[in-house]
Amino acid sequence: MSAQGDERKLLESIGGRPLDRRTFLMLGAAGAGALMLRAPPAGAAERVRTSARIVIAGAGAAGLATASRLAERLDGAKITLIDARKEHYYQPGFTLVGAGVKPASYVVSTTAEYVPGGVELIEERVAEFDPEGKRVVTESGRAVAYDYLVVATGLKLDYEAIPGMDVARIGRNGLGSIYHSPAAASATWGALQEFADKGGVGVFCRPATEMKCAGAPLKYTFITDDHLRRRGNRGKAELIYNANNKVLFSVPIVHEKVRMLFRDRGIKTHYDRVLQAIDPGRRIATFRSPEGTVEQPYDFINVIPPMRAPDAVRNSALRWQEGPWAAEGWMDVEKGNLRHKRFPEVFGVGDIAGVPKGKTAASVKWQVPVAVDHLVADIAGRKSDAVYNGYTSCPLITRLGRAMLVEFDYENNLVPSFPGVVAPLEELWVSWVMKTMALKPTYVSMLRGRA
Amino acid sequence: MKELDAMVFLAVFQEMLGPLLWVLVLLAVGGIVAFLAVLAKERKIVSRRLVRSELLGLVGGALALVLMARVSSSGFTDAGGPADWFLIALVFGLGLAGTTVLVYALAGWKDALSGSR
Repeated sequence: MSAQGDERKLLESIGGRPLDRRTFLMLGAAGAGALMLRAPPAGAAERVRTSARIVIAGAGAAGLATASRLAERLDGAKITLIDARKEHYYQPGFTLVGAGVKPASYVVSTTAEYVPGGVELIEERVAEFDPEGKRVVTESGRAVAYDYLVVATGLKLDYEAIPGMDVARIGRNGLGSIYHSPAAASATWGALQEFADKGGVGVFCRPATEMKCAGAPLKYTFITDDHLRRRGNRGKAELIYNANNKVLFSVPIVHEKVRMLFRDRGIKTHYDRVLQAIDPGRRIATFRSPEGTVEQPYDFINVIPPMRAPDAVRNSALRWQEGPWAAEGWMDVEKGNLRHKRFPEVFGVGDIAGVPKGKTAASVKWQVPVAVDHLVADIAGRKSDAVYNGYTSCPLITRLGRAMLVEFDYENNLVPSFPGVVAPLEELWVSWVMKTMALKPTYVSMLRGRA
Repeated sequence: MKELDAMVFLAVFQEMLGPLLWVLVLLAVGGIVAFLAVLAKERKIVSRRLVRSELLGLVGGALALVLMARVSSSGFTDAGGPADWFLIALVFGLGLAGTTVLVYALAGWKDALSGSR
């Protein structure tokens, strides 16, 4: 069979079936956003009887979605979720909060409301992973033994790695950082408004580490540009985007498109510049560049910190043992099924997974059913052929009211959900509508295991 | 696959609209049934009533667009390509057709009950 035929077969086997026009028309555009976070089909419908002990470390998007799917597919399993945080954050909405489109309350709910029946929630942080002993230890010293472990701890925002950065000052004196929390995203919106009223130098950047939603730094640059234009102050401002390497986006065709849009919007771009330190009092950001250290004065900055695995994972045998991901501590999992390479009863899903693409909710929506199918197959004594191809999706906002619906896989292929209808590299209102209307309901359905 | 897609869409629309989803479904089904019942009863289309319903339908279509813009935090200069015009036409069309059918059915039943026809 040809390579193309193979690829097609693979796509079909994992449910990555593009929609034809007619189906799209039947579905309706707004609701079609659900398919943006497409999931592979569920496996066998009948529940598998087992007394296995399954621990899920982390109750964010990946942990909750995993718990829901396991609870649905297993009968009699002892499923334990471990997470200290009582609030649940809808992180794809942080950019909208920082843009002034949604209030902070839009992204905050509670973990408890999504925990499926029959699943125990331990409201503590995991302090230690012991994969040899098949147990995890919580902060209070409680050891929880498991037969299967799903690590979904998410990642750690390493603000401390930027000398001078003080998260308590976010929102003041031009210092913004939408990633930190819903409150910080809201405070950043306050700082952006001041900047949009006055103008000056706006500085944007991204860290040199792996990061969640690599499109978000770009989106926020475009959003700032649009707010300035809407107030008639674009001429009073200089916007500078600092890329950590030689590209604006890891997918080459998307990089080229963003490069053209930045040129069109008059956004200056520096490559190979990584934020090293910040002086929030004097409003100076220090960047590392091939030419040495560069001091960049700013009137507004959106700080995005380096991102790493939480210490408990980073200090465990679960992380990559060599290469760049060892230092950052990401989990050493097979990229096609999220199973740990050395501990087969352990899976890593969501941001913690050391795989080449996508730390996004769209990735979670694909990863979770694949990992769950493999885990359930192990219990049932069969083999699963579910494959995660790296699919992820980024509704890249290019101005308020328009976005590009960029979807891609491990191989940097564009994999549009609506080929011929919603063009991936066009700034479209329909993509914005999906982002603002359909994504959150789809996300919540995913948490409940229904999408 | 098809069935799964339908279930996913149902789940998403339930999350999006909550109980309003069922109100809308009831309204749509009830409106169509009432409309068909009027047609069956009268065995013709009353053109005068239809034209009036369609005029109100235009208002319904415009209102649907305003509602869509509000809930999606959009302005009226955001359309950027053919898919956008298609969505605008779809939303307007649904508002127009829905309002027309509902108004025609209501007016038909009003006429029937008041015995003017």
